[in-house]
Amino acid sequence: MKLEFMSGNMAIAEGAITAGMRFFAGYPITPASDIMEYLAEVLPEKGGLVVQYEDEIASINAALGASWAGVKSMTATSGPGFSLMVEALSLAAITETPVVVADIMRAGPSTGVPTKTSQSDVFQVRYAPHGEHLIPALAPWSVQEAYDLTIKAFNISELVRTPVILLSDAVVAHMWESAIIKDVNEVEIVNRKKPSTPPNEYMPYKPDEDLIPPMANFGEGYKVLVESLAHDERGYYRQSNDVYRKLIWRLINKVKRHIDKIYDYETYYLNNETEYLIISYGSTARSALAAVRDLRRKGVKVGMFRPKTLWPTKEEVIKEVTKDVKKVFVVENNTGKMVAEFERYIKKAEVVSIPILSLDIPTPEEILEVVSSWL
Amino acid sequence: MAVTSEASLRYSTHPLDKYLRADRLPHIWCSGCGIGVALGSILRAIDRRVREGSLDPSKVVFVTGIGCSARASFYVGFDSAHTIHGRAIAFASGAKLANPELQVMVVGGDGDIAGIGGNHLIHAARRNLDIIVFMITNFVYAMTGGQLAPTTPQGLYTTTTPHGNPERPLNVIKLVSALMPNYVARASITHPPLIEQYTYKALGMEGFRFIEIMSTCPEVFGRHAGYRDPVTLYNVLRSKVRVKQNPHVDESELSWESGIVLGEYLIRNEPGYVRKLKEVVR
Repeated sequence: MKLEFMSGNMAIAEGAITAGMRFFAGYPITPASDIMEYLAEVLPEKGGLVVQYEDEIASINAALGASWAGVKSMTATSGPGFSLMVEALSLAAITETPVVVADIMRAGPSTGVPTKTSQSDVFQVRYAPHGEHLIPALAPWSVQEAYDLTIKAFNISELVRTPVILLSDAVVAHMWESAIIKDVNEVEIVNRKKPSTPPNEYMPYKPDEDLIPPMANFGEGYKVLVESLAHDERGYYRQSNDVYRKLIWRLINKVKRHIDKIYDYETYYLNNETEYLIISYGSTARSALAAVRDLRRKGVKVGMFRPKTLWPTKEEVIKEVTKDVKKVFVVENNTGKMVAEFERYIKKAEVVSIPILSLDIPTPEEILEVVSSWL
Repeated sequence: MAVTSEASLRYSTHPLDKYLRADRLPHIWCSGCGIGVALGSILRAIDRRVREGSLDPSKVVFVTGIGCSARASFYVGFDSAHTIHGRAIAFASGAKLANPELQVMVVGGDGDIAGIGGNHLIHAARRNLDIIVFMITNFVYAMTGGQLAPTTPQGLYTTTTPHGNPERPLNVIKLVSALMPNYVARASITHPPLIEQYTYKALGMEGFRFIEIMSTCPEVFGRHAGYRDPVTLYNVLRSKVRVKQNPHVDESELSWESGIVLGEYLIRNEPGYVRKLKEVVR
């Protein structure tokens, strides 16, 4: 364990190394490139490999291939590059391939303002990949959390056999803070479940009780079948409603079944006297918390809820933290997106969307001004 | 006792069954399709390598994208991946680099490999990446019902060029040769021993190895070109191809009119990408 002064992107790279990632495939894009640059420098010392591919499509597909060869793998990009990766994310979902994709959000659409921040990919990571899936996404708000949530992202991906999105942004990426970097034996590292059946009995998509199939890697004699077509437990293509329903519901339910391992959040000043609740996440939550403190100094009974896991939402938590409050303000650096997700579960309190588009981050003063007008 | 007992006619008695998921047969390929001939020849080359002890079948990985040829991955009895359209080479490269002990082979159609997947083909060849890529050329998008392929002869009717194809076909042999990988060859399903010979040779090499296999698609291409009968199309292809020792890349034009030259266009022994990486990263 050591205290290091570093950027959020360096922390992602360090978190990945701690988690055991040894294959990084990427394509340059601001503000994510320095993850690849940092790893290119240090990963070979750990026996790993960094390859700059011809595009983001190759990068994610190579990461999937590496994962099936038994090596924890990742890629990192920003909004435009993520758009190119979404087809392969659906492949990862149906083939149940562990992989981590860091999306360092920048201001879009399109080329937008490449060097500046945004939270406008929160729906892209959830809904852009075609077909049915439930791909978890984690959003850090600090350098320390960039490190911790990267490890968590790998652990989820290995435990549940799913792609996981690490949804950072340009501010978290390039701010410098102190962070505690741990040794491998100081943190829980999850590795994919291996088959206990002999190769001739192994079925690559036959789940255990926990809905997750053990995963054999290439080269181990199991005659693994990675199948993008809808498949039965053997991996054989079937055009059957029964097989299709069984597969898709299992893909969704295996994520839901492990929600307690996936869902994480923080609350601030939340007690039974709290009247107002601000919900904010990622870099914007830093300003939101400052605004909460200002309001409390003025005597306003306001608290804050900060989800670290953006997808999937744990419905019970949203219901619980909002059950006694009068109003909920959802502060985010986009035109109002996650508010729609939270609103689904908030039955009593009034929900107010506070979308503040800012190329830096919304300032505490901006948040204070808008929230005050609704009190 | 009858010579042809039911048991002796079962497909499970085929000598290549040990390299197949025989329970998935019969396959989906149409009567007269050349893919089965190509795959059989590839498997015979693998079998030779396995029998001589220079290839461990548990280290063989078949990676495919989407298309008729791409279905090969789920019939073979190796580790295999049936991935997404055009990305087989990218997926394969990750598998190979993560575990260099694997013998990673990509099989795809000309649309999958050189159309949508063209960029990955170019860069894998440029890197001299240690995989074998088989491109089974049938001149058409067959699985989707007969649309234009990058290899479709000029002037031909396809469902998306109903007035005739205005485009020149892509000479993939010349393209890949320009990138100087270790091995570039062109074979044809009309000459199965050639496929087997080139595959056997490629299995003993490092670096990027590319084998184009001219094939027959009577059901779709044949219908467009006026050779719907499988035997007719086979004979037409047979008459178009010509085997040559060490042909020059300038002879590699994919011409339905002047003929198609088969042979080994490029044989080099440069370090593959895996070895290059080890030289750079110590």
